[in-house]
Amino acid sequence: MNREEILVEVSHLKKYFASRPGFFRKRQTVVKAVDDVSFQIHRGETLGLVGESGCGKTTVGRTIIRLYPATAGKIVYAGLDITNFTEKQMFPLRKKIQMIFQDPYASLNARMTVGDIIGEPLDIHGIAAGRQRKEMIMELLNKVGLSPEHASRYPHEFSGGQRQRIGIARAMAVEPEFIICDEPLSALDVSIQAQVVNLLEDLQSKLGLTYLFIAHDLSMVKHISNRIGVMYLGKLVELASSNDLYQNPLHPYTRALLSAIPVPDPDTADQKQRIILEGDVPSPINPPEGCRFRTRCRHARTGCGESTPEMKEVEPGHFVACYLAHDGYSG
Amino acid sequence: MKNILEVKDLHTSFFTHLGEVKAVNGVSFAVGPGEVIGIVGESGSGKSVTSLSIINLLPFPGKIVGGSILFAGKELINLPEKEMQKIRGNEISIIFQDPMTSLNPVFTVGNQIMEPLVRHRGLSRDEARQKAIEMLAMVGIPSPEKRINQYPHEFSGGMRQRVMIAMALCCRPKLLIADEPTTALDVTIQAQIIELMKDLRDKTGTSIILITHDLGVVAEVCSRVIVMYAGSIIEQGNRRDIFYRPRHPYTRGLLRSVPGIRAKQKERLKPIDGQPPDLLNTAAGCPFYPRCEHAMLICAEERPSYTEFSSAHKAACWLYHPLAPRVERSI
Ligand SMILES: Nc1ncnc2c1ncn2[C@@H]1O[C@H](COP(=O)(O)OP(=O)(O)OP(=O)(O)O)[C@@H](O)[C@H]1O
Ligand SMILES: Nc1ncnc2c1ncn2[C@@H]1O[C@H](COP(=O)(O)OP(=O)(O)OP(=O)(O)O)[C@@H](O)[C@H]1O
Ligand SMILES: [Mg+2]
Ligand SMILES: [Mg+2]
Repeated sequence: MNREEILVEVSHLKKYFASRPGFFRKRQTVVKAVDDVSFQIHRGETLGLVGESGCGKTTVGRTIIRLYPATAGKIVYAGLDITNFTEKQMFPLRKKIQMIFQDPYASLNARMTVGDIIGEPLDIHGIAAGRQRKEMIMELLNKVGLSPEHASRYPHEFSGGQRQRIGIARAMAVEPEFIICDEPLSALDVSIQAQVVNLLEDLQSKLGLTYLFIAHDLSMVKHISNRIGVMYLGKLVELASSNDLYQNPLHPYTRALLSAIPVPDPDTADQKQRIILEGDVPSPINPPEGCRFRTRCRHARTGCGESTPEMKEVEPGHFVACYLAHDGYSG
Repeated sequence: MKNILEVKDLHTSFFTHLGEVKAVNGVSFAVGPGEVIGIVGESGSGKSVTSLSIINLLPFPGKIVGGSILFAGKELINLPEKEMQKIRGNEISIIFQDPMTSLNPVFTVGNQIMEPLVRHRGLSRDEARQKAIEMLAMVGIPSPEKRINQYPHEFSGGMRQRVMIAMALCCRPKLLIADEPTTALDVTIQAQIIELMKDLRDKTGTSIILITHDLGVVAEVCSRVIVMYAGSIIEQGNRRDIFYRPRHPYTRGLLRSVPGIRAKQKERLKPIDGQPPDLLNTAAGCPFYPRCEHAMLICAEERPSYTEFSSAHKAACWLYHPLAPRVERSI
């Protein structure tokens, strides 16, 4: 496996949602859900994407797989520019790119048996039928740690962790190479989260999968990702290897985010100096001019409101969009 | 000092058409004055039902079937609803997980804080208003004199949770029960609320029961920890006992299944295998027995009693019976 091979390349991606003028709103408003985001995902790696609710993580994922048309920018998958692909052109790729969703309760069709849920992608892509289809379903169930007799049952008969396994089995049915995992753990209990993480890691090493792993639980993201991107209000503000990001966070937002994680260790917790961000995330309809984080940033200075800082590689493989970090926090 | 709350051998069941669900099955604990005690456990382990039993707000078909709940020396079980109303929201306050469902959308935030002050404390409207502004300022709402006239939807999630806390504290309750007060919030907002809870702990002397599934939150704010599993307390102790000297295999398993945030090397997670038990068909033995890596014959047959390791620290596990084989610590 060539780690340097780029599987997904996103450049200057924008996704704006327009809301129609309504009774209370006279003018049309535009939500800049994703606003000029660029990154690459190498084949076989896991790229983590973190940030607070509403910062645009899901929209990035959905725009990459063309569930939403991009407003601007370019998406290249395995060397193909798919930005303006038609649904017909996308069809063969739909096999290779799969998505696992946040809510294992809502994302499975309640009226289908587990066997049919897992078998559906096999039917859609005409991969297998009859006996062979049945065998493949059994194999998939086995792969995710469920047993053959589960095939004839319905989703409501399963626990959250088991349902997430069903979702994973379904995603694996078509032998994908790239999987977008959108908060696959947040509905699960701590002891079950670890089961699902181990399963995702096993499948990755066995099948050479590439993951985009979206989450807001930073400790799990660190565990599973090779590199991590941090988003704030539609923008990527920092991107680095997971160790670099945790040991040497450069963006003030990343620092605040890391210091906010409650640590399950009393001594560390007692000594910790927490950076408390004041206020709330501003609205993506009217984001602050210049650096979007400056309204909550304790280092903000006049230049920060004048122009938007670009992502700059300040150390090998470590990108950050902050004027202070660009200057090494001097001055 | 005398305990504020003493729960003894509490049994609460839901009488469903499928049978009796033993949601709380023999729970005993005490809360001292000014103490912050954490209750952790997986989804469905009985944390919320325990707290709803205390304030007698069990949903149908739930019923307390045995035990005793002494609050400031007074038995709460079978207390007439009229007397319970005087205690609820006045001497015992509760904060629920979702602040939006617990605030009334048609009244201003100020009205909702003032109402119990007028009703329980007999304050005039002007006095109540002053007090409400004071409370909003205390929980860190900027310009409270203006905010007090706004409606819940004009507040962000974190601010609504602050309002809930202000409401819960304005009658100076002896006991505050906070049921997952940060679960629905973003990490940086969660951090604000954690700091606020710590502040309250240090400044007001109110006893707090903090229910959460996040071991990190417990490590940061609680002095004592109760670990629940399938309706029972399987271990309780001081914070350092639970995090540094856990005794029950379930507590150890929980601590092992979260990734160490400071771990430089990537280590495989160690999940607890299997699923939490079905409370409809509780077996005779230890509820954790089917998932326990150290299970012995006796564990399937008889419920273990508590072994005390110190006056504060005890666990219900057969491994600590004098005749049981020695087990290597594995954490
Ligand atoms: N279909 C849509 N129409 C209009 N606005 C949308 C749509 N989907 C998302 N948005 C808006 O775009 C922004 C980004 O949303 P997105 O769901 O991508 O955030 P997220 O980072 O995934 O958040 P979360 O952690 O809550 O899942 C939000 O302000 C959201 O309200
Ligand atoms: N209305 C009800 N009818 C029947 N059973 C119920 C009802 N409410 C709760 N239960 C059962 O009681 C048990 C304990 O539930 P409880 O809400 O206390 O769990 P919890 O520990 O608070 O979980 P969570 O972390 O998900 O909030 C669960 O097994 C649940 O199925
Ligand atoms: Mg999302
Ligand atoms: Mg609960």
